[in-house]
Amino acid sequence: MPILTRLFIKTSFIYLIVALLIGAALVARSVLPLPPWLAGLSPVYFHLLMVGWVTQLIFGVAYWMLPKYSQKQPHGFDGVWWASFWLLNAGVLLRMFAEPMRAAHTGALWGWAVAASAVLQWLAGLAFVFNAWLRTKER
Amino acid sequence: MPQLSRRYIQMAFFNLIWGLTFGALLLYHKGVPLTPLLWRLLPLHIELMLVGWLLQFIMGIGFWIFPRFWRSRGNDTPVRWAFWLLNIGVWLAGLSGVFALPAAIFLAGRIFELASGALFVLYAWRRIKPPGTGEWGKKRGERATSGS
Ligand code: HEM
Repeated sequence: MPILTRLFIKTSFIYLIVALLIGAALVARSVLPLPPWLAGLSPVYFHLLMVGWVTQLIFGVAYWMLPKYSQKQPHGFDGVWWASFWLLNAGVLLRMFAEPMRAAHTGALWGWAVAASAVLQWLAGLAFVFNAWLRTKER
Repeated sequence: MPQLSRRYIQMAFFNLIWGLTFGALLLYHKGVPLTPLLWRLLPLHIELMLVGWLLQFIMGIGFWIFPRFWRSRGNDTPVRWAFWLLNIGVWLAGLSGVFALPAAIFLAGRIFELASGALFVLYAWRRIKPPGTGEWGKKRGERATSGS
């Protein structure tokens, strides 16, 4: 299994655990005196599962298993693959902190951080589709 | 990778690009307000990402890699239908939310999605089987001698 696949999959596992922890914390609020800003984590919980875990797992497996792009460049454009890894994780991590902070604070800074996290994830998706599309072929 | 899988997977990428673009616009707007009209994109974002991207990608890969019947994928007609039902259903359900169309259109979209999923599962059921067997899990030649 190539290194980038391992990195994608192991990172996705970490998000899975973090997401499940947040999921538990969201429910624990009803029985424990937890801070109210936790409620702002609800979209983060869902998207850590769907983007941080599932989508990232798919990126990693796709890098590994899709038909070869060419003999010389079996994975396609590796630089773009690496970019999709860093962009996705920068975007998801930034969203994880910025979205609840933005809900809890006034001031533009967290707002811009949320917007930046959107752009980062969008670019990650484009980078992934660029490479994966090229490899969606007969063999 | 068979042609039908390529069709599924490329359509999944197409939906990913749109669903992601709408999600990113929404998220950007949550941070730096653009226009509240953007919230109308939420149902389309959800439909495209969950069904149009994740489900469709998994179906396409499944059709490609599930065990085959001695190299054959069998009659793929249901999978061809499932492709159209899924994509029409996703866009119908998603757009009906965006434009606040009658609930019947939303429902029609969801029923198309259901029909697509059902056709795919009916088709794929027999391909989830031990290696080296054909339909109904029989080994090569077994069916001929069993008289059925
Ligand atoms: C496979 C990936 C994804 C799936 C399945 C998905 C699905 C969903 C679902 C079901 C909701 C409604 C639930 C809720 O409001 O918490 C939602 C909301 C939302 N999604 Fe996604 N999404 C995905 C990826 C993304 C990405 C990559 C972005 C941004 C770059 C995004 C941005 C948003 C935003 C801003 C909301 C509204 C959150 C709110 O209610 O305040 N989503 N998404």
